[in-house]
Parts: sequence; C-alpha cells; structure tokens
Amino acid sequence: MTDSNVGLKLGLRTFTSRLLVGTGKYPSAAIAREALAASGAEIVTVAVRRVNLDRNAEDSVWHQVDLSRYTLLPNTAGCSTVEEAVRTAMLGREVGMGDLVKIEVIADAKTLFPDNQGTIEAAKILIADGFTVLPYVTDDLVVCKKLAALGCAAVMPLGAPIGSGLGIRNPVNIRLIVEAMVEFGVPVIVDAGVGIASDAAKAMELGCDAVLMNTAIAGAKDPVKMAHAMRLAIEAGHLAAQAGRIPMKLYATASSPMEGLIG
Amino acid sequence: MRLTINGEDKDVSEAGTMSVTRLVGELGLENVRVAVELNRAIVRRASWDETEVKDGDTVEIVHFVGGGS
Repeated sequence: MTDSNVGLKLGLRTFTSRLLVGTGKYPSAAIAREALAASGAEIVTVAVRRVNLDRNAEDSVWHQVDLSRYTLLPNTAGCSTVEEAVRTAMLGREVGMGDLVKIEVIADAKTLFPDNQGTIEAAKILIADGFTVLPYVTDDLVVCKKLAALGCAAVMPLGAPIGSGLGIRNPVNIRLIVEAMVEFGVPVIVDAGVGIASDAAKAMELGCDAVLMNTAIAGAKDPVKMAHAMRLAIEAGHLAAQAGRIPMKLYATASSPMEGLIG
Repeated sequence: MRLTINGEDKDVSEAGTMSVTRLVGELGLENVRVAVELNRAIVRRASWDETEVKDGDTVEIVHFVGGGS
C-alpha cells in the first residue's frame, strides 16, 4: 500500500475512489450508467475497436454512457502481440486524448493469462512515448518489480482469470507484491478475478491500493446494487488495512475482565 | 476511389483524393470520437484537413466501445 491518505496516485493525477470499473457486458446502457454512478468510480476502462461502418458507430460507448465525467482508461484487450498492443494503445490515446493505458498482451485463449514478457516489452515502448502505463500481469513478484523499475504508474496483478469470479486465489503472492511495491512507491491494483464484495475487501485488506473489475458488477443479477456493494467493500477493506488487524491466535483470549466475577 | 477501410474494400465517392476530414464526414462519423490510421500511420486530428487519402489506401477508423479486460 502506497501512502494511503492521499488517494490513489497514478502518474500525475490523484483519485479519491479506489475502485476502477470496466464498461463492458452490461445488460443495457441505462444499467451501465447507473452502475457506474453507484460504484463511485472515477476511472473507467474502455476498449479500442473498429467502428462499424454500417451502423454509424452508434455502438460507441460514448452513446451508451456519458463518459465526460470519468477518466478513461483505454485497454489493449484482445491483443496478443507487443506490436498489436502498442498500436492499439497509440490509437486509444488518439481517440481519448489521454495518456493512460492499460496494457494487456494476452497469451492464452482459455485463461486469458497475460504474456508477462511481452507486457514488459510493450511497457518499455509506451513509457518512452510518454504514456502512463498500467500493465495487467499475473501475480508474479519478479515481473511486477521489473515493471515498477521501468516506470509503470502501477502494477495490476490478477486475482484470478478474467471473468472467472474466483476471487483472490493467491493472497500470499498479492501480499508479497504489495510489500515489494512499497519500496518503489508504485500502487498495486488487483485486476480481474473478483466475484463478490468480500473478494474486493480482501484485496484491499492485503494492502492493495485499488481494484479493477468489470464482470463482477456487469454480470450480477442487479449490477447497480453490486456496484454499490463493491464501493463499500473497497472502502471497508482499505480502512481495515490502515487500521491494522490483530494477530491470529489458536486459542481464545477473553475480552471481558476476569475480575469481579460473581460466586 | 477505392479504399480498404477497416478491412473492407469500399468505394468512396468520386475519383482522385480527399482529405481525412471529408472521408470521416462521408462515412457519417463527424460527430463520433474516432482515431484514424492511414496506411498504418496515425493521422492526428489536427492534420485531418491537410492529409489526403488516395485510391488504394488502407484506412483504419477506431473508437471506444465498452470493455473491461
């Protein structure tokens, strides 16, 4: 956890909300709008795609949600090579006029696990070009250290495969990454895997700076309610991490005084 | 003028050349936030007026859609 009282610092900007949300897979534009508002998120992710020439781009996310109030984080989802990811990032910057980018170089179709080596290469190129780079990686301490050393604005290890809802599968790895990133002053954002509010709280309790999610909210039976739940969970987990947990012990320790017992 | 736009061959009015601004307009995208690549090189919005598209060129026009990962 980087300096937790000043908000989430990414590049030159600081954000109050520690929940980042995706804009895909909502049942309707109206629900997307309401869920985004309920999440309290300030940063939303978007994908870069060809316009559909037959439909005059009415499927553009701009038509679905008023994005002017959000900071947009274009991703390179769907890219499987460094070249594609870099090209997509450049196009995204041109559409959105912002320098934030979430790098994804996907290496495996079934798990959507990232190609960490390719991600490092893409990060190098994009950082040199002035991007504020947020890389999506596996929960690998060494990879995160390399990315932090390169100058990434955050590292984004997965909790579990994208869209799986399996939660934080390896809390020890996430904790190791959190501790290592403190030395670099680089925030840790768990990206992918969250299924329910307690998963998000857990990530924050482990000391993460933020959580990015999409399916857990968009795919819930009531996305608006789940967005609200996630907002509260992120806040609760963050407060708990700052407060500091008690040590775990095998046996009971009474919390009422032993003096003055009757009999 | 025949162009390859987003992977599809497309006949775009008249012969000769036209500016990127005009092409975007002819495609009905003037009010959409898009980015344009001409023969794999990004054309910055500020250069749309003076950048000419000609027969046989390959154009990519992208925008933002909903997405997470």
